[in-house]
Amino acid sequence: MSDNAVRELAGDDASRKRFLKMVGTGGAGAFALFLAACGSSNDKSSTSSGTPATTASSGGSPSQDLKIVNYALTLEYLEADFYAKVAASGLFKGAQLDTIKQFGDQESQHVDALTATVKKLGGKPAPKPKTKFPLDDAMSVLKLAATVENLGASAYLGQAGNIQNKEVLAAALSIHTVEARHASALNTLLGKGVTPDGAFAKPASMADVLPKVKPFIAA
Amino acid sequence: MSDSNLAVPELGGVEIHGITRGAFVLKSALAAGAVYGAATVGPFVGRAMAQSGGGDVDIVNFALTLEYLEADFYAKAGSLGLSGDLKKLAKEFGGEETEHVDALTATVKKLGGTPAKKPTFTFPIKDEQSFLKLAQTLEDTGVAAYNGAAPAIQSKEVLGAAGSIVQIEARHAAAIRLRRKESPAPDAFDKTLEKSAVLKAVQPLIKA
Repeated sequence: MSDNAVRELAGDDASRKRFLKMVGTGGAGAFALFLAACGSSNDKSSTSSGTPATTASSGGSPSQDLKIVNYALTLEYLEADFYAKVAASGLFKGAQLDTIKQFGDQESQHVDALTATVKKLGGKPAPKPKTKFPLDDAMSVLKLAATVENLGASAYLGQAGNIQNKEVLAAALSIHTVEARHASALNTLLGKGVTPDGAFAKPASMADVLPKVKPFIAA
Repeated sequence: MSDSNLAVPELGGVEIHGITRGAFVLKSALAAGAVYGAATVGPFVGRAMAQSGGGDVDIVNFALTLEYLEADFYAKAGSLGLSGDLKKLAKEFGGEETEHVDALTATVKKLGGTPAKKPTFTFPIKDEQSFLKLAQTLEDTGVAAYNGAAPAIQSKEVLGAAGSIVQIEARHAAAIRLRRKESPAPDAFDKTLEKSAVLKAVQPLIKA
């Protein structure tokens, strides 16, 4: 559903410029870096013989999997960095700080696993982006955390059908539901419904997600 | 911020700016992530791929059976005299499981299969605590079952539906876990279960 948009954004300079224009030009440099991270189709090593065989019947594209995993990696970098900054902010203490640290630690484990997955696929891991988050007060930070986690869950869901390699799919699913758990916990704390989409979670394409995370990437 | 802003303060257990409230205990959570380590995704796959077999119809019927179980469970919880907040939650979650039942039934038909029949269930729940405990087990098992089976799904459409549903199961699981003062996300990577292990686990709840 979203891979076309992704390919366009990440692989095609013209549409990348269009996209950047669309989302505003501030911080375009850093954002271009992010987009570049999502697009490694020109990486020669992406077709190396070390790539695990895909069992998908649709003529899987290892380079597409690489793009997706690097996209996920970038989102996980953002989340891990977010929680690290929140933990260091002094806004939270005690049990709630423990929760923040736990969630942050889990995001860091996702970073490590996805980095290893990119390498295993023969690709080059996306660079860690520099982040900026508004950390003004505890309640707004909790709301931002909920926003980020709900977005993360829908981002993973949006890619599940595009992943060709079954190992990568299994890993993504295993991470997807952890993002969902985080989102649910934060929604609960904030008194929002735990299933804001109802009985069926809605996926988000890369084109949906990228503009929403752009404000958190420092120029 | 004022703690009264938190909509579910009894869950919050939250300490903000030194204001303490109850416990928001996240047991064993930090330790759990170490199980798989970060280096490989292999462990997921070993189990996911071990359950090949009857194709998408079998997988969807397997999911349908679990959704029957969950829907029935929450329906029964309606007669337990749960407190207001929990009663509302059980009703909401039960409604969502019923929607899953309907969607999966339609999916099996669309795939040309025969939908699994609804088994008769028995649930050892008598009060709030036993309800919450079994709810956590069922929802966590549901997550592990979907995540274990999904990589074997052939149809992209069916995979998308399964993903959409498993996210809801995970959200349910986390919300229930919070109410039990357990970590909403005990592991950095949700575990997977093979179909046979899931069926064995839920067997005591199936009367016929």
